[in-house]
Amino acid sequence: MNRHGPGTPSVPGIHCGGCLRKVEQALSQLEAVAEARANLTTRSVIVRWTDGVPPPAMIEALAEAGHAAHLGDGNAPDADKTQADLVRALAVAGFAASNIMLFSVSVWAGAGESLRTLFHALSALIALPVLIYSGRVFYRSAWSALRHGRTNMDVPVSIGLTLAFAMSLYDTIHGGPHAYFDAVTMLLFFLLVGRTLDHAMRSRARQAVSDLARLTAHGAMVEQKDGSQAYLPVDELRPGMTILLAAGERVPVDARILCGASDLDRSLVTGESAPQPATPGMIVEAGTLNLTAPLRLETSAAAGESFLAEMTRMMVAAEAGRSRYRRLADRAAALYAPLVHSAALLAFLGWALASGDIHRAAVIAVAVLIITCPCALGLAVPIVQVVAARRMFEQGIMMRDGAGLERLADVDTVVFDKTGTLTWGRPQLRQPSVPHLGLAAALAAHSRHPHARALAEAWQGPAPAIIDVREIAGRGIEGRLGPDIIRLGRPDWALDRPEDIPASAPFPCTSLSRNGALLAHYHFDDCLRPGARAAIRALTDQGCASVILSGDHAAAVARTAAQLDVTQFEADLLPAGKVQRLEALAAAGRRTLMVGDGLNDAPALAAAHVSMAPSDAADVGRQAADFVFLRAPLGAVPCALSIARRAKTLIRQNFALAVLYNAIALPFAVAGLVTPLAAALAMSASSLAVVANALRLNANAARRDRMARKHPQPAVRFAE
Amino acid sequence: MSILLYLIPISFLLGAAGLAAFLWSFRSGQYQDLDGAAERVLFEDEDGPAG
Repeated sequence: MNRHGPGTPSVPGIHCGGCLRKVEQALSQLEAVAEARANLTTRSVIVRWTDGVPPPAMIEALAEAGHAAHLGDGNAPDADKTQADLVRALAVAGFAASNIMLFSVSVWAGAGESLRTLFHALSALIALPVLIYSGRVFYRSAWSALRHGRTNMDVPVSIGLTLAFAMSLYDTIHGGPHAYFDAVTMLLFFLLVGRTLDHAMRSRARQAVSDLARLTAHGAMVEQKDGSQAYLPVDELRPGMTILLAAGERVPVDARILCGASDLDRSLVTGESAPQPATPGMIVEAGTLNLTAPLRLETSAAAGESFLAEMTRMMVAAEAGRSRYRRLADRAAALYAPLVHSAALLAFLGWALASGDIHRAAVIAVAVLIITCPCALGLAVPIVQVVAARRMFEQGIMMRDGAGLERLADVDTVVFDKTGTLTWGRPQLRQPSVPHLGLAAALAAHSRHPHARALAEAWQGPAPAIIDVREIAGRGIEGRLGPDIIRLGRPDWALDRPEDIPASAPFPCTSLSRNGALLAHYHFDDCLRPGARAAIRALTDQGCASVILSGDHAAAVARTAAQLDVTQFEADLLPAGKVQRLEALAAAGRRTLMVGDGLNDAPALAAAHVSMAPSDAADVGRQAADFVFLRAPLGAVPCALSIARRAKTLIRQNFALAVLYNAIALPFAVAGLVTPLAAALAMSASSLAVVANALRLNANAARRDRMARKHPQPAVRFAE
Repeated sequence: MSILLYLIPISFLLGAAGLAAFLWSFRSGQYQDLDGAAERVLFEDEDGPAG
């Protein structure tokens, strides 16, 4: 039986037909894969494979074909369903609106009475099923809001649509001159455009974010009692199982090390930047990366009780505060709906008392409802957010939903995590020129240890030929150069004479020795992300204070803070501590943007007013964040902030435009001067005005880009 | 005016045909990968939209 795997790999690098071919062929050659189909628009591949086998090595096969890939969640096909419903509703409404408009134009052009009644009746026949099919989106949302004792934009929309249709139907049956069927369907069409855009933006961002999910701990190789090995998904792991963890894999659930010696990278879990040696008996949290050698672990908690699950629980608790936020459009609707409804009611009562003609009063009340129906209001917010999301996408920033964009515009304090966010989260060589680097790099090329990788990266020249290389996990690498034994690793292992071993230095240290005699010490530090200093400066210019909250040691945090001119920082914080600091900031009236990448940041990301994570962050953290930035430089943070603020200004302007239009049209409607023709014209004009205003976000940005090309800014130095 | 007896159903049917064509193409996944379809036309060994 074929099925979608747990992942549709996302391959950001594909950009042409040749890549499509290469990716599909590389995957089809894998044994278990039944079918692979690449999608150039979403930059992903849908892979079906035979059930009952561990996931094929898709990521490795793609890497061999020259494409870096991430593994997705594989739930994308379900998420598309609402979107498809909306598009279908939109298509039906568009069809109905254009057909009814044909009839309406001939009525306005002066069709005779019998023909007019015929056309009205035909319009009603088309409008009724469409109102039910396409309008159910609004009816359902309005009903669920009312049932919870709230109102939203869809309540006035639903009432307006229903009353206008009922009134027009009554007039059609009695041969009246005016019917608003065209207004009803056009209103539906415009509102559905806004709704569809809003949803498309959100689902695209959500999919892109979930596609980034990495291979981390989707399963583990379990050693069973009879000695055989089986691959089990994370959910089926129980305490007391023995699992085998290869070098380069992440720990699936909390566990204790049984045997093996290796090095662990806990930067995603605790924020500690320096790698740690692993020894038997040590407790390791889920998410820890095993670096150099295989380990045997005994699981100490099921997936639902491990460190990861604890973080998830804290996130849920922290998120409660954020759900109190009400979106701009809903707040506007709360003010707007009572106003419109009382205006319509007053018009009805006024005309009924003044003229005594109940029918005429009802027609005027319906005209008031239609002319004030929040057509432009329904488009005002989503259209700006779609344009803003597009601008951000061009800058490599993914936006999860529009509410995040609204909250981002209010931010006055930016809270950074240190390891992996302000810094790379992996060590780099501190000294630019040190002796014997070529020799060290030649040895280092054989290891996965982060220090070894940094050394190998730092050397570009020719390397001496070293033979008999072996890695001693937790200590270092050893090899032979001619007759000499060369060692690279922990100073107390590489060096024979204790006086050569450096006293505890502020930076982690690795030593190179020949036959036990010192050749060189190499010091490592976690380097800043490119653009970090420029980003902090830009945030200060935009009026935002910067704060660092880190789980790393005080000395390392103080050093990074000094490099970045940040005066507020705290170190040695547990996940709960970060949440407390954020709550304290919120209590002091600050609106915080949390930028972080680790598992330990996830609760803080959920607790902050709005949050942002780099694309290489831990899965939970990335799922919690409102924004994810795909490119390395930290300049994404001020960039997103300025786009959000600009978008908020445009949304305000759009609201102002919509209100202004209503303020002008309302007196005419109350005076009974609005015919169906006038209503149709006014509605289209206001919608177009709002859309055109939203597109200015693009135009302004394009102008700024041109300016920037003419007067280039001094480039940000890569290594600060 | 009896011409309307033909013209109105014809205009309605043409519109409905357009709608049906759109719904069919949407359902069969022809809008899922607009960029990819432009490239796939150059491949030799396959045809038909995404499954």
